[in-house]
Amino acid sequence: MFQGFLREDGRKGIRNIVAVAYLVECAHHVARRIVGKVDDPDVHLIGFPGCFPNAYAAKVMRAIATHPNVGGVVLVSLGCESFDRNGLRQAIAASGRPVELLVIQEAGGTSATIAAGIAAVERVRAAAAAAPRAAMEVGELIIGTVCGGSDGTSGLTANPAVGRAFDRLVGEGATCIFEETGELIGCEAIMAERAVTPELGRAIEECVAKAERYYTTMGYASFAPGNAEGGLTTIEEKSMGAYSKSGSSPISGIIKPGDVPPAGGLYLLDVVPDGEPRFGFPNISDNAEIVELIACGAHLTLFTTGRGSVVGSAVAPVIKICANPETARRLAEDMDVNAGRILEGEATLDDVGEEIHAAMMAVAGGKRTKSEELGHQEFILTYKAFDPLGPACLPLARRAA
Amino acid sequence: MIHEARLMLLDPRDTILVCIAPVAAGDSVTIEGVALSAPDPIGVGHKVARRALAPGDKVVKYGAPIGSITRATAPGALVHLHNMKSDYIASHSRDAVSEGKG
Repeated sequence: MFQGFLREDGRKGIRNIVAVAYLVECAHHVARRIVGKVDDPDVHLIGFPGCFPNAYAAKVMRAIATHPNVGGVVLVSLGCESFDRNGLRQAIAASGRPVELLVIQEAGGTSATIAAGIAAVERVRAAAAAAPRAAMEVGELIIGTVCGGSDGTSGLTANPAVGRAFDRLVGEGATCIFEETGELIGCEAIMAERAVTPELGRAIEECVAKAERYYTTMGYASFAPGNAEGGLTTIEEKSMGAYSKSGSSPISGIIKPGDVPPAGGLYLLDVVPDGEPRFGFPNISDNAEIVELIACGAHLTLFTTGRGSVVGSAVAPVIKICANPETARRLAEDMDVNAGRILEGEATLDDVGEEIHAAMMAVAGGKRTKSEELGHQEFILTYKAFDPLGPACLPLARRAA
Repeated sequence: MIHEARLMLLDPRDTILVCIAPVAAGDSVTIEGVALSAPDPIGVGHKVARRALAPGDKVVKYGAPIGSITRATAPGALVHLHNMKSDYIASHSRDAVSEGKG
């Protein structure tokens, strides 16, 4: 049990941040300068760079602007871009959050908008500070997991340790999300067997087949040169290691970016766009995956790394779990949990699974992660296209309905 | 089986062992009870052959196939991009990308 922030829609957050959101790259500098001048670790910069409209980006921005960790929002628009700024503002206001909208072309340019933005952040921050606190239990948490900078140790230590933590969390009623179907290539058959219905199992296999087609068209697997330098040779080898983050619970459903799971359990987030490849790689970097997990309601993300990623995220804390003992020593200031101890005989998978669970509870209660303390607030959102979820994707929710 | 602390067997079906502490070329390592001189330096997280592997053999790790052998590989030798390939999508290196081979 810990103290969260109660929102008007009944959801509870573990942080109470103010988001400053640019709605096109042309407003990015102004928004970044506002955040820089305010210089408050609880004021975060988010945004979407494109000038063309995109339903996926609009859905993700709306989901994040009304995420339970967000107490209020300041929107920064240039003025001529396609983004539906008034629709987003209304959605935020309807969620009960303070929101202000600045339009650079109306406010009188760069300096005038920065000055107005600083004042807007101060008003929104003051209003957000009044958010009521409420007791929160582990079963109310949504936790995402992602791996980045994987090496040959990832699948031996950090990833299966997250799997242990996930098994315990699911048992406690929490909602756990794993993702990146492009890094589950080769695991589709064993994963399908864990689905709560045969139809969901087939949908899982279709998701992975879609990912393989998509990445084949792109010409590259989701496999970086550093993966090979760390001992991984093929995408299916990387996948087997990545897959172990999901633990051993039954898979309750498939969701897409911006969908909040309907109940506790383990869910697969399908991050690969539907239809013919149109906008490039599914997720151009790890942070794009974290942003999608947050858009699905993740309060925090468990990030495993072997080579040594240093990233965090805007809006929701990132707990970094280092798989490789050599990396854990070299990048100690960036790592929250050292799972590499398993290889040196100093801990078991169960020990590290418990340590991850304890770290998560402390962070949910307000303790800052290493990446939060170091000021990491990465955020990236690009273009995608998705079809609606198929009828087999959320079988339990359908039964309850 | 004689225990080799630096090379880990993850699953009894596996055809490779995973290195969990660095091995230098020429170090004596024990593979399937046989002591031999490591032909290659092995970094943490890398794989070595558990037995002789021939082109077309599946490489098995975690009890699951992770690709196929492309060149004859002796017990204890490094198994990596030079002698195995994906059965799904080919892996790429920085050199291949910059030379336009990717």
